[in-house]
Order: sequence, then C-alpha cells, then structure tokens
Amino acid sequence: MTPHPWSLWRAQIAAILRIEIKKTLLARRGLWIYLLAFAPAVLFWIHAGLNLRHGRICDLGRDSLVFAAMFQFFYLRLAIFFGCVGVFMNLFRGEMLEKSLHYYLLSPVRREVLLAGKYLAGVIATAAIFCSGTALALAALLVHVPRSAAEQYLFAAGGLSHVFAYVGTAALACVGYGGVFLLMSFLFRNPVVPAALVLVWESMNPFLPSLLKKFSVIFYLQSLCPVPAQLKGDFSFLAIVAQPTPAYLAVPGLLLVTFAGLLLAARKVRRLEINYGTE
Amino acid sequence: MSEREIVFENVSKFYGEVLGVNRVSLTIPAGITSLVGPNGSGKTTLMNLMTGLLRPTQGRINVLGVTPNQPDVLFRFVGYCTQYDSFPRGMTGYQFVYSYLRLHGKPDKESAEMAWHALERVKLTDAAHRKIAAYSKGMRQRIKLAQALSHCPLVLVLDEPLNGLDPLVRAETIALFRALAEEGQHVIISSHILHEVDAISDQVILLSSGYVVAEGQIHGVRTEVEDHPMQILIRCSKPAHLASRIFDLDTVVEARVHNDGKGLLVRTREPERFYLMLNRLVVDGVDLESVAPADDDVHSVYEYLIGPDGGSI
Repeated sequence: MTPHPWSLWRAQIAAILRIEIKKTLLARRGLWIYLLAFAPAVLFWIHAGLNLRHGRICDLGRDSLVFAAMFQFFYLRLAIFFGCVGVFMNLFRGEMLEKSLHYYLLSPVRREVLLAGKYLAGVIATAAIFCSGTALALAALLVHVPRSAAEQYLFAAGGLSHVFAYVGTAALACVGYGGVFLLMSFLFRNPVVPAALVLVWESMNPFLPSLLKKFSVIFYLQSLCPVPAQLKGDFSFLAIVAQPTPAYLAVPGLLLVTFAGLLLAARKVRRLEINYGTE
Repeated sequence: MSEREIVFENVSKFYGEVLGVNRVSLTIPAGITSLVGPNGSGKTTLMNLMTGLLRPTQGRINVLGVTPNQPDVLFRFVGYCTQYDSFPRGMTGYQFVYSYLRLHGKPDKESAEMAWHALERVKLTDAAHRKIAAYSKGMRQRIKLAQALSHCPLVLVLDEPLNGLDPLVRAETIALFRALAEEGQHVIISSHILHEVDAISDQVILLSSGYVVAEGQIHGVRTEVEDHPMQILIRCSKPAHLASRIFDLDTVVEARVHNDGKGLLVRTREPERFYLMLNRLVVDGVDLESVAPADDDVHSVYEYLIGPDGGSI
C-alpha cells in the first residue's frame, strides 16, 4: 500500500536529516564554524574567569551593552553569516563537487522534499551551533556578577526574555541566511561571489533607505535584538535610522523572505542535472 | 506508451555545443541489454537520461510508462549503479544501503532486513560495518550494486558494473544479472569487456559518437552488416580437401585453412544457403566436427561497425 504523501515525505525528510545533521556537525572541514561560533563565548568566559580570580565585580549593564554590540556586529553579521555560507552553500554545491549528490537523486524522493530535508538539516545544525555559542556567552556574562544581581537581571529586569531573544535571533539568523545561501548555491558556482555580494548588501543596510532595508536579513534580526547597538565611527552620520520593526512583523517578514528564497531554490532543484564533469 | 518497455523517442542531449547523444530512438525490452561503444560514445549519457539525472535537450523518454522527471515514482522500480565512485562522507557499507532504503520511506526494521539481504547478494556482509572509504575498488563496486539492487527494482541500470571485480565475483555477478533477467527484469549494462557482453546479453545497443549504430539481438545485427561477409569456422579432419570442394560454391567469397590446420575458415554472403549446400558437399573421408559462425559476436560486430580503434576498447 502506498503511504499517504505527507507521511512518506515526513519519513523521507527524517531520513535526510539523519544523514545530513551528522555530516554537518561532525565534518572536520567545518571546524572553523565552531571556532566562529564559540570564539565570543571563550572570550567572555576568559573575561569572567579573570574577574572572578581578581575578585573584581563587573557592571552587568555595561557588559550587556558590550554583548549587544558583539552580537549584532560580529555574531550576526560575520559569525552566523559565514557559518551559513559554509553550511548552506555546501548542501548541494558541495555534494556536486564531491560527486556524491546522485546518492539522493537516485532515490524516490521528490526534489522539493530533498531540498526541504537538506535545508532543515542545515538549519538544525547551524542553530544548534550558534544558539549554543550565544547561550554560553550569555552564561559567561552572568557568572561573574553577584548571584543576587544576576537573579535581579534575569527575573526582575527582563533578562530572561533577553536571553530568549538573543538565542531566538541567532536561530532566526540561521533560518534567514540559510535560505539566502541555499538559493545562492544554485545561482553561483563559486561561493565567494554570492557571499561577498550579500555581505556588501547586508553591511550597507544602515545606510539604505527604509524601504530597501526591508530586503535584507539583518534588518529583521536587528529589530529582534533586545538591546540596540549603535553604529559608531566616521560614517555613522550617514546611517539612516529606521524604526525597528516589531517582533510580530519582523519574524513573519524574515520567514517570508526565506520562504521566497526557498521557492526559487525549489524551481532550481527541479531542473538540477548531474553533470559532475562541468563542476 | 508501453508499460513493459523502455522507450526513447528521438532523444538528443547536448552539453552546450557538445553532443551527448543525437536522435536516439530505441525500445528496450526485458532481459539483459548491453550498451557497447568507445569512451565518449554516449553510453553513460543514455543511462543518465533514462534515470532522470540528465534531461534531454529534445525528445521523450519513458521507462515502463513513467517519465524520468518523476523521481519519486521512477526510483521505486529503477535501481542505478552509476560509474561515479564517490560516496556520502563517513558512511559504512551497511549505512550506505540502509540509509538509501530509509530514503524510500521504508521503516527501520524493513530497511535493515533489505539492506542485509542486498549485502548478502553481493557477498559483502563481512565488510558491512567498515567505512566505504576503506573499501577496495571491487568492494566499492559491489556496495554500489547492493544499493541498486536493495529495493528489488524492475529495471536495473548498471554503468560498467564489472569494473574492478575479481574473476570469481565477476562470474557470480554475471550469474546474478542472468537470474534477474530470467525473472523478467530489465537489466541494462554498459561494458567495455566485449566477450562478457557477448556471453550475457540478450540484445546489444552499439553506440558511436552519440549515435546508435546498431541495436537488437547480436545475430540479427551481424546479419545486417552486409559489407563484411559472415565467417564460418568448419572443424573437420581434412580441411584442405574440403576447401577444394567449397571453392566451387558461388556463395563463398573466401575459404582458407585455419591456422591450427584443423579447420576451415569460410567467408560467405549467404550463410543460410551455404549451410544447406555444405550438407551436400560433405564427402566420404571428411569427418565434420562442428560448423559455427566465427564472427557472430559483439567483438566482431563492434569492429565492423565502429572500427578496431574505437576508443579504449
């Protein structure tokens, strides 16, 4: 008896996830992604360790501003960005280069289901890495302040919601950048080109008119960050300040941008041919 | 459209400006069909088109009533052992076959049973839990075969499946193909080893530079090659004596004593008529051991149609 398509697709996606998550998380060539993801946490833990050792008490308010700047200018714009380049650009393109994609294409899996499975695997793997990195860095922030101050921050000053917001934003960044780079992997053979293009576009975001800002991932992600980080420097006067989008619009907006990217990628994957010789 | 055959209708495939195959029209029935041709003749292209890994530039393909652009339907009954020697990273032989069956949507237990069965068929159970990266060329070939066979397909497409196999496994694999063909399956093989093709094929498709040069049962293909008279080897006790009689026949183009001196090699344009006349010619004192075509095989047909320097064969 032929199973119902949805239950079949669910089973097939689960099978793809089992292969892909393991492959992404355990790949030796993906070590640099762990370095990017956990570097801030390591720095924050060193900072916490040194302060604890010398009996110094930190200003949690100032530290949280430092964290906000680190999260928005390094973590979202560089660490997660390049981490997603490394993972999502390789989901199909990497397998074409390794000449192993036919393993999937010779199975009775709809190409769209394969795309969904691989994309989900990428999101789960990158979100697991970068959300852990975010949570560890936040833990380091709280570990070297007096326990009462930490409890006060978490439970009375909305700190817990900040933690969820940062971790959630990191996960959404993986969702958004994942969709963009998966699409890019079908449009470009060399990952450096799309990565550079998207990086320039995302970096220009503060200087773009309000309407254009909305066609970027970083715009929605910054709107979700609980502590705003201001752009400083010689060109900061050029920045166009747009009202942050509320979460109830930012999250669907980001998902919509991602979904549009995945739809285009699905069109591409349907026409995908195995022609390893030309890769 | 036939639901029992594989049909190519005027199929062409171009890679940019480079020709893959051109205007191929074929009907492949059940049994073992061999694709024969030099490197670059279009064998793999034809197989990739049949399995949807490539899309035709023009024309239509139908595999037992299903078009190759429906992989979710096609690969329920098609297994393809490709020539690509790359595997998903870090997998053991068992995981390779098991995961493939899970991709079919089969439950855990059924996938495990079918995977072990397939591994048994290719005699790879001992190495099942070793990483494929540590496999020899022959073992990699066998694990690909196990994957292609694992879901009991009706159509088995095998690109150079005997490459790297040792003689014993090679013989067992050929026997397996034979058994599958006798069960009514389509087994489509590309091979460079012509004597093996000859031994196992029910029909052959000869390809050269992207064109189908000939197709059908090898005997039928041979009789159509009119430029080259049929060679018949007559094993007998007095070949020279028989030769003198045979020269009188108008159907004979050439007759010469075989190198070993124990037979006569005859070339004729009308083999059927020659066989009839031969009965009348057998004279007292000549013991006839056997009469058999000497160039009614893939190798000869290949040489006549494609040439002795056809690629790397």
